[in-house]
Amino acid sequence: MMKDRLVVIGNGMASLRFLERLTERAPGLYDVTVVGAEPQAAYNRVLLSSLLGGEVDEAGCAFRGLDWYEGHGIRLITGAPVTQIDRENGLVMVGETHVLPFDKLVLAVGSVPIRLPKPGMDLPGVLTFRDLADVSAIRKAAVEHARAIVIGGGLLGLEAAVGLARLGVDTTLLHVMDRLMERQLDHAAAGLVKRAMEARGVHVLLKADTAAIEGNGRVERLVLADGTVLPADLVVMSVGVRPNIALAQGAGIETARGIKVDDRMQSSDPRIFALGECAEHRGQVYGLVEPAYEQAEALSRHLVGEEAAYTGTSLATSLKVSGLPVFSAGAIEAPEGSETILMSDPGLGLYRKLIVADDRLLGAVFVGDIAEQGWCKELIRTGAAIGGHRDDLMFGRQASSPLAPQPLAA
Amino acid sequence: MNAHVQAPTTVKTTCPYCGVGCGVLATPDGQGGVAIAGDTGHPANFGRLCSKGSALGETVSLDGRLLHPHVDGARTSWEAALGTVAGSLRKIAEQHGPDSIAFYLSGQLLTEDYYVANKLAKGFLGTPHVDTNSRLCMSSAVAAHRRAFGSDTVPGCYEDLDEADVIVLVGSNTAWCHPILFRRMIDARQKRGTKLVVVDPRRTQTGEEADLFLGLEPGTDTALFSGLLVHLAATGAVDARYVADHTSGFDGALERAAAIAPSVAATAAATGLSEADVAAFFALFSGTERVVTAFSQGANQSAQGTDKGNAIINCHLATGRIGRPGAGPFSLTGQPNAMGGREVGGLANMLAAHMHFAPEEVDRVRRFWKAPNIITGEGMKAVALFEAVARGKIKALWVMGTNPIVSMPRADAIRESIKGLDLYVVSEAVADSDTARATGKKTVLLPALAWGEKDGTVTNSERRISRQRAFLKPPGEARADWAIIADVAKRLGHGAAFAYPNAAAIFREHAALSAYENNGTRDFDIGGLADIPDATYAGTLPLQWPLPKRGKAKARLFADGRFYTFDGRARFVAVQAPALAQAVTEAEPFVLNTGRVRDHWHTMTRTGKSQRLSAHRAVPFVEIHPDDAARLGVQEGDLARVSTPHGSAILEAMLTDGVRRGNLFASFHWSDATASDARVGALVRGVPDPVSGQPELKATPAALTPAPYRNRGFLLTRAEYTPPSGWWWARATVEGGSGLQFATQESSRAVALAMRGLFQGLELAEYADHARGHYRCAVYDGARLVACLALAPSAAKPGWEAAKAYFAQAEPEPAARRALLSGRAESASAGPTVCACHGVGLDVITGVIAAGAGSVEAVGAACKAGTNCGSCIPEIRKLLPQVLARNAA
Repeated sequence: MMKDRLVVIGNGMASLRFLERLTERAPGLYDVTVVGAEPQAAYNRVLLSSLLGGEVDEAGCAFRGLDWYEGHGIRLITGAPVTQIDRENGLVMVGETHVLPFDKLVLAVGSVPIRLPKPGMDLPGVLTFRDLADVSAIRKAAVEHARAIVIGGGLLGLEAAVGLARLGVDTTLLHVMDRLMERQLDHAAAGLVKRAMEARGVHVLLKADTAAIEGNGRVERLVLADGTVLPADLVVMSVGVRPNIALAQGAGIETARGIKVDDRMQSSDPRIFALGECAEHRGQVYGLVEPAYEQAEALSRHLVGEEAAYTGTSLATSLKVSGLPVFSAGAIEAPEGSETILMSDPGLGLYRKLIVADDRLLGAVFVGDIAEQGWCKELIRTGAAIGGHRDDLMFGRQASSPLAPQPLAA
Repeated sequence: MNAHVQAPTTVKTTCPYCGVGCGVLATPDGQGGVAIAGDTGHPANFGRLCSKGSALGETVSLDGRLLHPHVDGARTSWEAALGTVAGSLRKIAEQHGPDSIAFYLSGQLLTEDYYVANKLAKGFLGTPHVDTNSRLCMSSAVAAHRRAFGSDTVPGCYEDLDEADVIVLVGSNTAWCHPILFRRMIDARQKRGTKLVVVDPRRTQTGEEADLFLGLEPGTDTALFSGLLVHLAATGAVDARYVADHTSGFDGALERAAAIAPSVAATAAATGLSEADVAAFFALFSGTERVVTAFSQGANQSAQGTDKGNAIINCHLATGRIGRPGAGPFSLTGQPNAMGGREVGGLANMLAAHMHFAPEEVDRVRRFWKAPNIITGEGMKAVALFEAVARGKIKALWVMGTNPIVSMPRADAIRESIKGLDLYVVSEAVADSDTARATGKKTVLLPALAWGEKDGTVTNSERRISRQRAFLKPPGEARADWAIIADVAKRLGHGAAFAYPNAAAIFREHAALSAYENNGTRDFDIGGLADIPDATYAGTLPLQWPLPKRGKAKARLFADGRFYTFDGRARFVAVQAPALAQAVTEAEPFVLNTGRVRDHWHTMTRTGKSQRLSAHRAVPFVEIHPDDAARLGVQEGDLARVSTPHGSAILEAMLTDGVRRGNLFASFHWSDATASDARVGALVRGVPDPVSGQPELKATPAALTPAPYRNRGFLLTRAEYTPPSGWWWARATVEGGSGLQFATQESSRAVALAMRGLFQGLELAEYADHARGHYRCAVYDGARLVACLALAPSAAKPGWEAAKAYFAQAEPEPAARRALLSGRAESASAGPTVCACHGVGLDVITGVIAAGAGSVEAVGAACKAGTNCGSCIPEIRKLLPQVLARNAA
């Protein structure tokens, strides 16, 4: 009997995790073909900033060697962008040459970086920071005495800026908001992150609204809305990503911001699934690896015939900004009627905020030490009472009892 | 640096604290500091030192010292200051008579200082009003000695404590207040099975050690010893021959005793003791030849203190147990040189050198001094003297080396009365004592040398004269007290009588006076030292008096049955029935007792500088019986207001059944310099004993009510900080700075704001849970910890021991910084975060690798690290060989 043909478009982190789980659960169940646009097999995109900063090399970013794909009967096609999906005939067109028939199709095509709709964005020297090719382009431009500007104070922008600074490049980070990572962090936490960035040699400009990039044939300067002119040899754009939906749209698959999927990661076409940053689940598009992995888990189960449903990932952020651990979940600012518990030691790079109402945890923001993050996520998700654990959430669980009051008498 | 500088050599000197008079070896470090050790050659301590003595090295800094003369708050020259003093004294004497001038001296003065002050006042200025803080200490013992022996003589010596079979301690927390003598007693118990009886309304640390503890009702000591006298007589324990040959007044005393406590049962009823305990004590006393009865402030600081002393002495006279090895009544003096003050006669009811006011005595001293203005009668004793200040009778007061505005009873009234003085002179080592900060219409502050700088002699409880020697250079413009007084005397035209080249010359004159026309009529005779050369004086060893020119030194007196009364017989004293001077009332239902703690001395001007000594009792406290506390809704550690008609204080409650129901105990050490609201002296009525003039400091009717504050906390700072008014606080020296424990009605938010205001420009690390009223902060200047504070609702008062340990470091480690905010012990840290997604720390990962996880996958399986985004996998990969290699090694 012929095996069902499963084609996976995209070979990023979501794709690989899906393939790993699928082949663990049911080796050889499908005849699998993976098509990736990048010339390499899936690599660890999270390490791009480390790669940029020279802390790891390309090999250090790799996940699975070609032998792994081969050993699991997976046909891997790299450097080959898919140009069209023919749903009627169950075919995937890869460039001019390949036509791949499918019984089931998984779209794991990720997202594309946004470029600001401002003059000069297409000048040579204006780069994005999304893949290995971007990293090598940035590294090439980051020559000695170069002045680099990174636009965007989200996680990726921070990472790019730190990577550049580590290369010895005079680096300025521009962020249009009044604090870094404003969607994840409150002012105090963002302040600590800013301080950490500055400690790593990055100049940070907040409320910096880019008006234009100028230069004669290549980037020479950046102009802010307030008229400030910043000389620049290199501009890295990191102002967000957009789900890559062009292919799905072309095939008439239902899309909104992303490719719309149900709890089984199935698109409007029952043979076609989507996961990772290109997928929109319950109106939510995720830009982080954790939801992608959960989706990969759910889809792999579904495709081997197990009961599985992805119900969404609670909105939490756990990451390291250039080595500084940061965690945020739930509310960032205290709503009316709630209490805030704060601990901050700026000199230690330590910050913790808990938002509590009626003994329930509504939100948490941690910088520097995020040890209780899993517990916080759980409490926020379940709405369980904190009870006597208020101090433990703040200071960490401890084996020994709190300091007993000292007797006055000797 | 503001510090003493001198080359290091070891100097033998004497401890400046209690009357034990321990020998100290001081080795200055040349940087203003000093290493302290006990002098193994000194017969008081044989090398031992107590907590206070051991910490002397921590108390010689120049912080808070008075280093320059000041007139009315402005620094001035010695010339101007002494001119002001002399000019004002002359004017006041001319306008109001010399007896409008008073001196208030101190048991901290050296004998030479005392001598010169006493001579100037009583022989040259012509005022009898010279009293001393010794009035508060042991003047009742002096009076009891004089009534019984005809002289102020301590009959025994410390060796008696080694050789006694029973030691009775009356009103003496010897374990805390005379620790080295207590060690001798404990040694005696070990060596010869000496039994220890402790008589005290409060079960102190000494009481805890007792073989028999008699926790009698306050003020009933005379009933106990009256009952004992009756018992001795009834059981044939009286040495009838001794009584007949060497005493008089036995029958009258016995009759009075029988009226007070005719039986064991009556004694028990009068004292609140059990009959069994009373009987046991009586049997022990009567059946033991070698009994020492040592008494101290608990007996002396009483409106019937003299009677208490005589009730004790009566029992020793009746049994002939006096002046014999291992037997005798023994007054333990509180101060380092109370005895020296008594020897020179620096009290209002003495003239000089154990001479009083018989016409021939007055004439003798006049002739010896060539005094133009010799006084002829007693002056006012401390309580009356300060009352006279308040009445305006005294116009000029010169205070030397003591802090009466803290230590006197009704201290608030005394502080008030100072304002009316035409001239207020304070000779002091300390600039910020309450007394130095008080002001009269004209105020002169004269910087005096402190311990370690001054040079002279002191006498301890066993009549042993020891040298206090200088081992530090005089700081600033400070001078010896005797030199200051002599300079004033010269300005008053008495230069010839005060032309002392050095302390030795004063000592020779003092010794000569003691022997002057003595011929064995006065106990105090050190004529053998009247010609002591300077060099011998400099090197002289501790010597016990009497030390007459002819005849031998004696360790014990009265073994021969010869006393210093006119007929040579000792006197039994018929004592008054015990009764407190003031009964408790419905409004003031408690009997307030006051006293010392182990590690502080007087008003803390010296011990307060030591962080070690400040750790034992860091806040002013009141001890209360748990039953009384429960009735009033007061719990351990709560703040409570203790008040009397004379003042009030807010103290931390310590619940202990060591105090009787209905009794309170508080310590008098705290002043306005060290606490907001804890001047216990201000509460005390201080009714004086009619004989000795010593005020009752142990039994003032008082009320206690809870003093609830919203929040409690502590603040540690590098430099001293005084909180806003309205806060309750107590200050203690801590390692690396100054500590405050405080209470406030302010909210945690307000305190947080205040801290930010206080430390503007510095970085605050904070923990705030304002909903629960918890707030902590640590202030950093770079990495240096500048201050830290913790605040919580009073019921959850934060402890400060851990924070103090962190504060001792200039730059605490990260774990300590976190502990300062959490108030928790530093917990085993997970280490720096490696896996951000799952929050897994370095230490956890190395732990699982060490436990056998040999690959990235195995580490992930063991602790989840690296199983999400994988960005930490390179770190884990690097860790693997490191940890495995470490393990293999």
